[in-house]
Amino acid sequence: MSYFSDIYNGIKTLLTGMSVTGHYFVRARKGAITQQYPDNRDTLKMFDRFRGEVIMPHDEVNEHRCTGCQKCEIACPNGSIEIIWDRGIDEVTGKKKKKIDKHIYHLAMCTMCGLCIEACPTDAIVWAQNYENSVYDRTQLTKVLNQPGSKVKAGIED
Amino acid sequence: MSIPLSITKTIHDWLFSIMPESAASITEMVLIATAYLILFAVAGLYLVYLERKVAAWFQLRLGPNRVGPLGLFQTMADALKLVSKELTSTDRIDKLLYNLAPYFVIITSLTALAVFPFSKQFQAFDINIGMFFLIAVSSIGVIGILLGGWSSNNKYALIGAMRSGVQTISYELSVGLSILTMVLLTGSLQLSEIIEIQRTGGWLILQGHVPAIIAFMIFMIAGTAETNRAPFDLVEAESELGAGFHTEYSGMKFAYFFLAEFINMLIIASIAVVLFFGGWLSPFGITEGITWFPEVLWFFIKVLIIILLMMWFRWTFPRLRVDQLLTLEWKYLLPINLVNIVFMAIIIWLNWTI
Repeated sequence: MSYFSDIYNGIKTLLTGMSVTGHYFVRARKGAITQQYPDNRDTLKMFDRFRGEVIMPHDEVNEHRCTGCQKCEIACPNGSIEIIWDRGIDEVTGKKKKKIDKHIYHLAMCTMCGLCIEACPTDAIVWAQNYENSVYDRTQLTKVLNQPGSKVKAGIED
Repeated sequence: MSIPLSITKTIHDWLFSIMPESAASITEMVLIATAYLILFAVAGLYLVYLERKVAAWFQLRLGPNRVGPLGLFQTMADALKLVSKELTSTDRIDKLLYNLAPYFVIITSLTALAVFPFSKQFQAFDINIGMFFLIAVSSIGVIGILLGGWSSNNKYALIGAMRSGVQTISYELSVGLSILTMVLLTGSLQLSEIIEIQRTGGWLILQGHVPAIIAFMIFMIAGTAETNRAPFDLVEAESELGAGFHTEYSGMKFAYFFLAEFINMLIIASIAVVLFFGGWLSPFGITEGITWFPEVLWFFIKVLIIILLMMWFRWTFPRLRVDQLLTLEWKYLLPINLVNIVFMAIIIWLNWTI
């Protein structure tokens, strides 16, 4: 007698499906996921996991956490990151030490894979959530991540 | 010139008082045709709008909301775009049939509209075999689809059209039998009379107990299949056939197919309302005594609820395979329907109706 139980189960599963979509239908006005973008430009906030571009956060005294180890440069699959570095004398220890001159990031080439951020041992680079990245001139997409005059925070390498 | 056309009585009398009978008759027909064409266009456009809006709500989106207040003019803008588009065609098509196909589809759905009693007086053509006429006319529409698929010289269109043939031949049976079940109860095929019966005895879905409810369910399933909507949209299955039978159509010819689909939905919903939910009668006779209240409003409210149900089906269920489609019809709906008719006959024989 699987014929009748088939009918029963069929109707039951159909009704289950309809109750799920019915719930969505009723709540749609409150929970709509559509962002009416250019209208809500001022209030629109991207969620934390959104990958806008790679940035290097600096603290108040203009110090970043990048030691110039170049692991991000090696990890990048398409060469979006270039690090120009130099050796200087460390004031505290008086030893020669690697420091970055420019951390160059080509946003135009970046595929947002996130390998550089995973590779970074000191969490010097992170994702930013900005989403308006279009410009009229592509040279503007080549960015220097460390701010001019910045230096590495003390004690990062240890 | 004695075709029984019922139009609002005052206009009818006024027309016949100012001109000779034949001229008045022709004027009346032209007026009614214009009224129905307007109804057709407005209903088609706003059902498309409703469909998009309802679909959006089911998917937690907003739907069209840019053109006009709440996006109300969106479909008009779309129609304007379609009118202005070039009518293209492919190589080595059957020109006559290719151009004829959209008209088949649209004329059948227009013809079917004529017999519906939208209110007591707003009914163009009240024939005594109304239900039969509806079943007969609504099956002609598939010829348009078959011709369109055949003549466009495209394998996807042809497959879509053939599927449509299979589907309509199968489900036509279920629609007919479920209507027949209800006709057993009413004893009449005339639509206005079917509604009059419900004035005293309550809606037919209540009068007929369980068999009426089963008939309603079968009618809704088969009706959805007949309009070629999801979950029975194998005919135009976007993921398999491009757009199915209307792949090669563009501009207004495509729009005809598109509008006809939505008008067919309206027709199926209207049949359901007339047969099961009392047509233009108000529920429990709320507005029975109020003379100024437009009865047509009740009709359209009920139709909208049924259409909403069909949209709910569409945005919930996945598409059936061809074999599943045929299994559902021939192994489930048809036997249930036949048993249901006997069941209904027994109920009427024993006088168990309310």
